[in-house]
Amino acid sequence: MDATRQVGVADKERLDAGREPALRVTGLAAAYRRNRVLEDVTFEILPGTLTAIVGPNGAGKSTLLKTLLDLHPRLSGEVRFFGTTYRNAKRRVGYVPQRGSVDWDFPTDALDVVMMGLYGQIGWLRRPGRRHRELAMAALEKMGMGAYAKRQISELSGGQQQRVFLARALVQDADLYLLDEPLAGVDAATEQAIMELLKTLRSNGKTVMVVHHDLQTVQDCFDHVLLLNRSVIAHGPTAEVFTAEHIGRTYGGLLRGWEKVTG
Amino acid sequence: MTGLSHNAQWVLVSTLMLGSAAGLVGCIAYWKRQSLMGDALAHAALPGVVGGFALLGFKSLPVMLAGAAASALLGALAVAAIRSHTRIKEDTAMGIILSVFFGLGIMLLTIVNRMPGGGQSGLDKFIFGQAAAMVRQDMLVMTAAAVVVLLVVLISFKEWKLYLFDPAFARGLGLSGRLMDAIWMTLLVAVIVIGIQAVGVILMAALLIIPAVSARYWTHAFSRMLALSALFGGGAGAAGTWISTLGDGWPTGPFIVIAAAGMFLVSLLFGLRKGLLVTAMLRRRQVRRLRAETVRSETLAEGEALP
Repeated sequence: MDATRQVGVADKERLDAGREPALRVTGLAAAYRRNRVLEDVTFEILPGTLTAIVGPNGAGKSTLLKTLLDLHPRLSGEVRFFGTTYRNAKRRVGYVPQRGSVDWDFPTDALDVVMMGLYGQIGWLRRPGRRHRELAMAALEKMGMGAYAKRQISELSGGQQQRVFLARALVQDADLYLLDEPLAGVDAATEQAIMELLKTLRSNGKTVMVVHHDLQTVQDCFDHVLLLNRSVIAHGPTAEVFTAEHIGRTYGGLLRGWEKVTG
Repeated sequence: MTGLSHNAQWVLVSTLMLGSAAGLVGCIAYWKRQSLMGDALAHAALPGVVGGFALLGFKSLPVMLAGAAASALLGALAVAAIRSHTRIKEDTAMGIILSVFFGLGIMLLTIVNRMPGGGQSGLDKFIFGQAAAMVRQDMLVMTAAAVVVLLVVLISFKEWKLYLFDPAFARGLGLSGRLMDAIWMTLLVAVIVIGIQAVGVILMAALLIIPAVSARYWTHAFSRMLALSALFGGGAGAAGTWISTLGDGWPTGPFIVIAAAGMFLVSLLFGLRKGLLVTAMLRRRQVRRLRAETVRSETLAEGEALP
């Protein structure tokens, strides 16, 4: 009897295989020195979704991304990318850190930075070839940055730097993208270009998670929302989850007037 | 090179190689924002040198250099431990280690100099450097080590670029930051150990810092900055050594530093990318263009007003 149940479970798993979560997080906890930043974070991201991670400053949004990617130590919990560990799924995951996390004074040009997205493919200690340069160039052009390929990165505007970062992620050709505040401090044109890109990625079957600050644009741009404040307040399709009540709970009543906006 | 003895020519070649290796490692340190690490570790090498001598009771370069490497690494570990276990910042930690280790080294030196035979040990040469005191074998070791450092940086150039620009992204791609740190620390200690004989523990830092900052004024590409830094370091090493052979018993370190400082001054003034002269010229050109444009639009406006 036990055996037949086992078979049943296996069948069900096979049926669900098409919808195997791109990311499954269970009971994740993380801390900085004495402060517990994340506690019992549990959620599942379905493939082909575009999710906004929303929450107040200090809610642990960036820490969540870093902990998922083993860039910050995990106190407890389990993280599975496409049913396996990050270590095994590295090639399928693209990460775009905050623009301020690197030194833009570093002597290199835009094309070179984008090329870094290909280093995993090129292999360690090998030199990039012409094909890699063409791939990087194509990604820059997709971000409307073709004309700036040879420009020093220190001479680019904030929005342009962000586009270069996105081009670098694009060239990785990952299946799941994690972006840390890509829209922070960019102008309207760049914001639009980035949102277009995210939608294109989704329609190509990619999964995208974005740490997002602008509550106004969540409904227009994202099909899923994850409201975070130390742990998951609410998570699901935007239409169901992005309610005044949930937002109020996430921001701890710090936000007034949201009842009107979200209706 | 007329007038230079065969030995002096060898010294020149080895300090040239040393300078190049120091330039490369210093360029990496510059972008790690850890230029001072070289200074701290060079000073931290002194107790090891003296300890190596005291252990045997006579001068054996391999033992003394092994001691130098050990105490420099100990200093590096101490800096790392202070940084990760206390709230003390890295620069403060380096300051502590630098002074404590150097003080310890001088203390040991005083004791050893009073030991029988200690007075003739030539240990004080390690403080300011005395390239002329090196023998053929020392130079071979120095040159070989410098070549290894050059090769390591050359082969993993792409990895250094990635790691220095965006270490988090590098880790995401599977490039271990810990491994890169360990390699860098090994290269740094290697350069210091082979360099203290010629340059001395106090001034070693200059050879690690000045070539890199000088190179920054000339280029916008990391590859060229590395190459230039190696070139400047090598140039300073050779020039300083050559000057020091002009006098009898002149120390090498100070002259190498003076030569490097000269290169820095030239770079600061005439550097093609960030030099003061170029910056001023570009500014003046902008001002002139702006003036010409205003004049043109003014005359245009007058012309329109005429009829």
